[in-house]
Amino acid sequence: MPVINVEDLTEKDKAQMEVSQLRNEVKLERWLTSKCCEEIKDYIQAGVEEDILVKGIPEEKNPFKEKGGCVVC
Amino acid sequence: MAAEKAEMDALKKECDGLRAQIEAARKAVNDSSMSGAAGGVASVGRVQLKLRKTLKGHLAKIYAMHWSADSRQMVSASQDGKLLIWDTFTGNKLVAVPLKSAWVMSVAFAPSGNLVASGGLDNMCTVYNIKAASPKTLRELDAHTGYLSCCRFLSDSEILTASGDTTCCLWDLETGKQKIIFTNHIGDCMSLALSGDMNTFISGACDSLAKLWDLREGTCKQTFSGHTSDINAISFFPSGNAVITGSDDCSCKMYDLRSDQEVIGYQDTSLNAGVTSLALSNSGRLIFAGYDDFNCHIWDSLKGEKVGVLSGHDNRVSCTGVPEDGMGVCTGSWDSFLKLWN
Repeated sequence: MPVINVEDLTEKDKAQMEVSQLRNEVKLERWLTSKCCEEIKDYIQAGVEEDILVKGIPEEKNPFKEKGGCVVC
Repeated sequence: MAAEKAEMDALKKECDGLRAQIEAARKAVNDSSMSGAAGGVASVGRVQLKLRKTLKGHLAKIYAMHWSADSRQMVSASQDGKLLIWDTFTGNKLVAVPLKSAWVMSVAFAPSGNLVASGGLDNMCTVYNIKAASPKTLRELDAHTGYLSCCRFLSDSEILTASGDTTCCLWDLETGKQKIIFTNHIGDCMSLALSGDMNTFISGACDSLAKLWDLREGTCKQTFSGHTSDINAISFFPSGNAVITGSDDCSCKMYDLRSDQEVIGYQDTSLNAGVTSLALSNSGRLIFAGYDDFNCHIWDSLKGEKVGVLSGHDNRVSCTGVPEDGMGVCTGSWDSFLKLWN
């Protein structure tokens, strides 16, 4: 794999790289944003009930809680 | 000379034309924003997380942290020249790794838990075996011509790095050599994130662009613009179909991969500090973004509203992370402390 040292690229090299990249990107098939946003919302809704940071966690199940205090034997 | 200029002008004209085509294609599919989909969703209310632990041990600014895949251990890197591996359940330090160069900017835990990697202004990514009796340097990956801003392991034999030399690189840890160099950014690469299936990764750079790359082909598949300053933080949305970025322009954005555009932004006129880091809760509903204003602000990813804040650090929040089990969030700061919240 040749090492491309970006500092060695001329302005023309950079412009050519950019054109090449844009020629590829223009071909992309794009989905409707309504469908995509709906899917993101559905993904979140499916997982939010189990999301500890949204719903909270009972004290005794919390792995990060500070330990210590008294124990009655 | 005239021929050179004519060639450059032709290239520039073609670039402008292609960019206009791409913008038109994006606009053509933009039939609704996130507010359309999120309209009927209940509010999360005020998210008030409690500070559970403050991890003290570093003697200087903390620049990076990364959770282990076991959601219990965590590694932090400080410019005091040390990596510390913590048991976050007890708050104990398990391992201390002394660094050759104190100017560390990034740290990563391998999914196996056997290795950690770090790097920074030394332009190198050093990989350590932390399961040995005392931490042993496994590899020094030395080929970047700029600082190491971010690194992430794919496995014990491959690691991805992002650099101030504007490239990202996939390395083979068995040989210590570069496998693929990802060139396309025109500004320092500041952050990267791996997709869950490890077929793609995303990078954020000082050219204010986020790019999606095919990990095996080495090509840039998509480019996302909109930020007006350096992108310092980047993460995949948990479904893998969107990308969240955080920038020096004080905003975060969500870009959807399949519609190839921004679908919602997260900014507030009262927030005038750059975003340094970000992490998402497991469902993707909450975005934890660390800012230069010493706080980590919590955003509702669907509604675009600020719903909470993690306050307590006395200096910039430089790194933020949520473990795989989603049980909590860790913030690291220039005040030398790490805090665990849930």
